[in-house]
Amino acid sequence: MFDHADAILLARIQFAFTVSFHFLFPAFTIGLASYLAVLNGLWLAGYGQVYRVLFDYWKKIFALAFAMGVVSGIVMSYQFGTNWSVFSDKAGPVIGAPMAYEVLSAFFLEAGFLGIMLFGRERVGNTLHMVATVVVAIGTLLSAFWILSVNSWMHTPAGFTIDAVTGQFLPTNFWQSIFNPSFPYRLAHTVTAAYLTTAFIVGGVGAWHLLNRTAGENPGARRMFSMAMWMAAIVAPIQVFIGDLHGLNTMEHQPQKVMAMEGHFESHPDGWAPFYLFGIPNSAEQRLDYALGIPGASSLILNHSLTAPLAGLDTIPIDEQPPVGIVFWSFRIMVGLGMLMVALGGWSLLARWRGTLFTSRPLLRFAVAMGPSGLVAVLAGWVTTEVGRQPYTIWGHLRTADSAAPLDASAVGVSLMAFVIVYFIVFGAGTFYILRLMGHAPITGGPDDWERGPIRTAGIAPGPAQGTPSEHGPSNAEEAR
Amino acid sequence: MEFGLGVNVDLTVIWAFLIAFAVFAYVVLDGFDLGLGMLFALAPEKRDRDVMMNSVAPVWDGNETWLVLGGGGLFAAFPLAYALVLPALYAPIIAMLLALIFRGVAFEFRWRTERWRGVWDFAFISGSAMASFSQGVALGALLQGIDVDMTTRSYAGGWFDWLTPFSIVTGIAVMAGYCLLGATWLVMKTEGDLQDRMRRLAWPFGLVTLGFIGVVSLWTPFLQDGYYNRWFSGWGIGLAILVGAAVLFVAWRMFNSLTVHRHEYRPFLQAITLFALCFVGLGIAMWPYVVPVEVTIWDAAAPEKSQVFMLIGAAVLIPLILGYTGYAYWIFRGKIDPDAGYH
Repeated sequence: MFDHADAILLARIQFAFTVSFHFLFPAFTIGLASYLAVLNGLWLAGYGQVYRVLFDYWKKIFALAFAMGVVSGIVMSYQFGTNWSVFSDKAGPVIGAPMAYEVLSAFFLEAGFLGIMLFGRERVGNTLHMVATVVVAIGTLLSAFWILSVNSWMHTPAGFTIDAVTGQFLPTNFWQSIFNPSFPYRLAHTVTAAYLTTAFIVGGVGAWHLLNRTAGENPGARRMFSMAMWMAAIVAPIQVFIGDLHGLNTMEHQPQKVMAMEGHFESHPDGWAPFYLFGIPNSAEQRLDYALGIPGASSLILNHSLTAPLAGLDTIPIDEQPPVGIVFWSFRIMVGLGMLMVALGGWSLLARWRGTLFTSRPLLRFAVAMGPSGLVAVLAGWVTTEVGRQPYTIWGHLRTADSAAPLDASAVGVSLMAFVIVYFIVFGAGTFYILRLMGHAPITGGPDDWERGPIRTAGIAPGPAQGTPSEHGPSNAEEAR
Repeated sequence: MEFGLGVNVDLTVIWAFLIAFAVFAYVVLDGFDLGLGMLFALAPEKRDRDVMMNSVAPVWDGNETWLVLGGGGLFAAFPLAYALVLPALYAPIIAMLLALIFRGVAFEFRWRTERWRGVWDFAFISGSAMASFSQGVALGALLQGIDVDMTTRSYAGGWFDWLTPFSIVTGIAVMAGYCLLGATWLVMKTEGDLQDRMRRLAWPFGLVTLGFIGVVSLWTPFLQDGYYNRWFSGWGIGLAILVGAAVLFVAWRMFNSLTVHRHEYRPFLQAITLFALCFVGLGIAMWPYVVPVEVTIWDAAAPEKSQVFMLIGAAVLIPLILGYTGYAYWIFRGKIDPDAGYH
């Protein structure tokens, strides 16, 4: 049934599908791991029982999301070999090492301490439990460090030579290949995106419960919404700035990717390049149909000058151009959502100043709608950068068409179908369970529990009662902070 | 590479041993997890299943990480082998990955639903069984040899080459072995009626495993001339007898500690020793090939610069990993409290 399909296209669809599904989970858990560490730390430091309730609330959601991230991640570590064996053979000497470092320094760390974080509080006591929680968060960040280094190397390869006989990429300088030119920008942009993704999910859940009449006074919902909106107000504008730097870096190293993002089929020798708000990229005719743009805006963003010349795709041979349509639109989705995030952050500041943060229903509804915005923006961003790297897997050196395993289209097609079916069933069910957990307001039992001390499970908590500071419980004044 | 003191160290050999260690750690650690998953089928009571799952819930993720190190390490240290073996084992590997998804999410999902718990329990059982079988098939397919075209550095066989009577046998053998590991793990971690049942179950799984070890050992030399010559010439035959005798001795000790002495933790350690002996046997048969009998470890090795760079990290991080992994096991030592868990 796949006889007429192109094995490489199917392999690309399969990788895009499995990696997109996979990344949704780390995009959420990287930020959530840090958030859990902050919540647990605030509880231990005596800022109130509300933080412990929130910790226990988000911990369950974290465990579900993390498990799905683990099992979908193992698929990734084998897909390089099953579907992209030529790429693996050639690039292995350079990128194999940082990937091995990811396993050794990050995966084991997360997995080893996750059990203690989830199950071990009664066994190790609050202090060691806090250490485990922080270590899990550090593990997620180390993982991001290594995998983004490898990914960046595929965009801006450095520190290697190519073996004339085998065609393998051989390392000359690991420092250069790990800290390749696009890595710092991509790392900053992606980790910040993960933090924002988590903030908008947490904020969306908080807003959902604040909109509910009975749970509207829920101190947990208030606190999580407030924390999330601080993140939105402060970090979203920073992300716009980082994204701009990342774009300028891309323009330096992968100009045709930026040309595709901008829809600039034509060059602008005298500057005044427009930023197209709308258009239908027409690669066959090499032009943007129905274009609607702001004159000069693109020149200002990319060149920081209205009149400096700006090259377009007409300077790039057609077989070196990425697919413009996908890149053009995925970029607009990402940027559009980014602008909405900044807007929500600004609005929340205004509402906070007016004292209507927890009561303004339009604001709360907007926050609920923006709950999944981070996930969508992250995927759109990855589509932009990865499709924008085409037709190469290793920019300028190894074409995608020359990277794939020698597989029949039928083998790749059947496995692709299996992945699609299994992922939708399994991760669909997981998402449903996560949403159901989110649907319950964070509460320990009766409303009095907010005032009580730490929950004493029928356990033996070794060491002194580290929980005592929180016995003050949150006052209403604290809540409004 | 040459160090001071005139000692010549072959980094490729070190890396071969490190990858082998990672694979062995995976086989033993996730082996008892997967075996426990299959034993779920023989323990229909919810309370028993809760205890069984809680006995591995805090550590299964770490156990599975050794699989990522095995794959990732092969990619890093022997990229050519990774590029040849994975396409050759395409179907069993994809099946294993999908099965591990079902097995892994069941750890969380079964606590999140009353109505669908049976479904996720079934996912846990069938995912564990499928993953174990696929791993055994992959082992058999690798042992029987892979069709390789070294001029294009690529796999040259069809995508059903892995499917032979031998690979089916190794698939079932690994399932039986994992069940033995799982049963002895549960003897160590549980009490009362459940423990008694696991003691009894360990017997048939132990005998079946032993039988399969015999069959596979006798079959392997006739798969390829290389194996035959290795085992039935000079020192090979002595070694074969030695390993075989050790297997029988350890198995005898294991059955003794299961029922005669009624030890708590020794059967598990003895089952691990059985696996270790099989692993040594496999290592002797395969050495020095990474893709028998086409590609040696030196053919497939990454350049020395990559090996050195990774070895620095491995030398520091692997002892650290073993340290905190051991610590995690230590924290969750002892019998399982049926009412524990954060769910």
